[in-house]
Amino acid sequence: MTNDPINPAITPAITPTSTPTSTPAITPAVTPTRVLVPTGMLGAGFTPESLRRGIEMGADVIAVDGGSTDSGPYYLGTATAKTTERAVSNDLRMMIVAAAAAGIPVIVGTCGTSGTDAGVDWVAGMTADILREEGLERTVARIYSEQSRAVVLERLAAGRVHPLEPAGPLDEHTVERCEHIVGLLGHHPIVRALEHGADIVLAGRSTDTAVLAALPLMRGCPPGPTWHAAKTAECGGQCTVNPRQGGVLFEVDHDGFTIEPLNPASSCTPTSVAAHMLYENADPFRMREPTGTLDTSDATYVALDDRRVRVEGSRFDEAEITSMKLEGSAIGGYQSMVLVGVRDPEVLASLDEWVAGLRSFVSDGAERVLGLDPATFSIEMRCYGANAVLGDLEPAHELPPREVGLLMIATAPDQATATAITKYANPYVLHFPLPSMRDLPSFAFAGSPAETPRGAVYEFVLQHVVELDDEYDLARIEYDRTSAMEGAR
Amino acid sequence: MTTTTTTTTTTTDHRTIGDVAELVRSKNAGPFWVTLDVFCDDDASFALVAADGVVTESRIAAAYRVDADHVRIFRMPNIRVVKVSFPRRVSSGSALDHDVHAGQQHVPLQRIPLTPEVC
Repeated sequence: MTNDPINPAITPAITPTSTPTSTPAITPAVTPTRVLVPTGMLGAGFTPESLRRGIEMGADVIAVDGGSTDSGPYYLGTATAKTTERAVSNDLRMMIVAAAAAGIPVIVGTCGTSGTDAGVDWVAGMTADILREEGLERTVARIYSEQSRAVVLERLAAGRVHPLEPAGPLDEHTVERCEHIVGLLGHHPIVRALEHGADIVLAGRSTDTAVLAALPLMRGCPPGPTWHAAKTAECGGQCTVNPRQGGVLFEVDHDGFTIEPLNPASSCTPTSVAAHMLYENADPFRMREPTGTLDTSDATYVALDDRRVRVEGSRFDEAEITSMKLEGSAIGGYQSMVLVGVRDPEVLASLDEWVAGLRSFVSDGAERVLGLDPATFSIEMRCYGANAVLGDLEPAHELPPREVGLLMIATAPDQATATAITKYANPYVLHFPLPSMRDLPSFAFAGSPAETPRGAVYEFVLQHVVELDDEYDLARIEYDRTSAMEGAR
Repeated sequence: MTTTTTTTTTTTDHRTIGDVAELVRSKNAGPFWVTLDVFCDDDASFALVAADGVVTESRIAAAYRVDADHVRIFRMPNIRVVKVSFPRRVSSGSALDHDVHAGQQHVPLQRIPLTPEVC
């Protein structure tokens, strides 16, 4: 559900879509377009009633986001989904069946959490199964936006990759470290798939908003209100007063957009709608998209009644150069960890001293006994119950906690070394005394075995945009026509 | 929309942002940024939080050990919100990250005093 909130460090010249002095002579015909957003994330679940209500309200498309960077770099690094297949399939089936009955398209963005090619194929496989089982004949478009290291290196060499704050210039080594790289699709490839006749569009990594903006933009709705509506609805019910009560429907027209919850018992208020521009956005007024920047600083929010909000005055400044933001995930080492519970009041009263002593003892042993170079591994001690969450930012200095869960994390260049460190540390984590103690204490391991290998730890390493030749550059579209008679795969 | 509200007080206010705000929250804004929102229930509370010298780049830099030059502060009187964004010290979910969604990073901001910083 996260969108890139940061404007590029390179600021291409901005051409405003309109100026106060130039009124367009001809106003293009706009077909008001209604977008049904049943949930903030495919697989998060929604009720059949909410979907039915959205269809009854006259939805022109069902659109939903399938992922985010928000759950961390593991999912992109491994090209696996955070969501579970049964939940995704359940949501998909409800949308596909309802949309087929209503004769409207379904759009899913950022398939499989991170929008890798494998993520698109994962959702496409479920879609084919559902169509076969339901006896439906539909055209499915798969839009891929995973990028090879070679393509990124080529654009880098051509000087067409630029950093976004706070990143510095990209170097080849960083690109080569990436396990997977995806580019964020804008709305153009989705529109092309719809124009090609796709009933179901399954897109790789896309901006959350592009998925929701595609049909209104295709039908000529103005970009300011469309992008603002899409940003408002991207997390489903997050823009309502009760985010747990299901999704929303918005309608974009010539002058603005109107938004309301699918659940008749929930409501949107001017504050709940305006406040959504804050959510996961570094800048609450400006949001960058591949083709330009949404500017909501002059937007007005008015309650039409106790459930619906009308928004007008949003602008979209077209960029001169269309760009694609890149996301890349690289392996940052391998980890193994041990969780031990400390309840002894004497140790808790001298917790900092105890942790420092244990850390130094284990680090020395890893060098001396395991023969490891201290530059190649790290041992981190997190005291859950004391200051694990905020670490050195912890502002409170309170009495000793009742109990502490010490999580010792070893990070090393390979799994065997990380696990060796935790195995070596095991008896010391169990028995390490304070200097004043006559007897060896024993602390409370959370389970047996005490150590848990975590595998690779990943990190996001790209915060860069690549210039595109045109709006369809670096996107690949494939079509399948499923036949009710044959089966789809 | 970014107008700064100035409040003059003669007595020392020992309260903090967390004492008067309705909600203080934090969240990732992409894997490299964290953003914090202070919501106020009424104009009087907003005036206290949004006053000059309360939420400042230098106070945020000190509370979060980040570079003041990268701290961005927004005041939104129409919805009574003060918003703060800055780059994360480590990216989301990397080896040294303690809070993958940055969902618990609001506490140092909550504890910032309402007494304006003396320049």
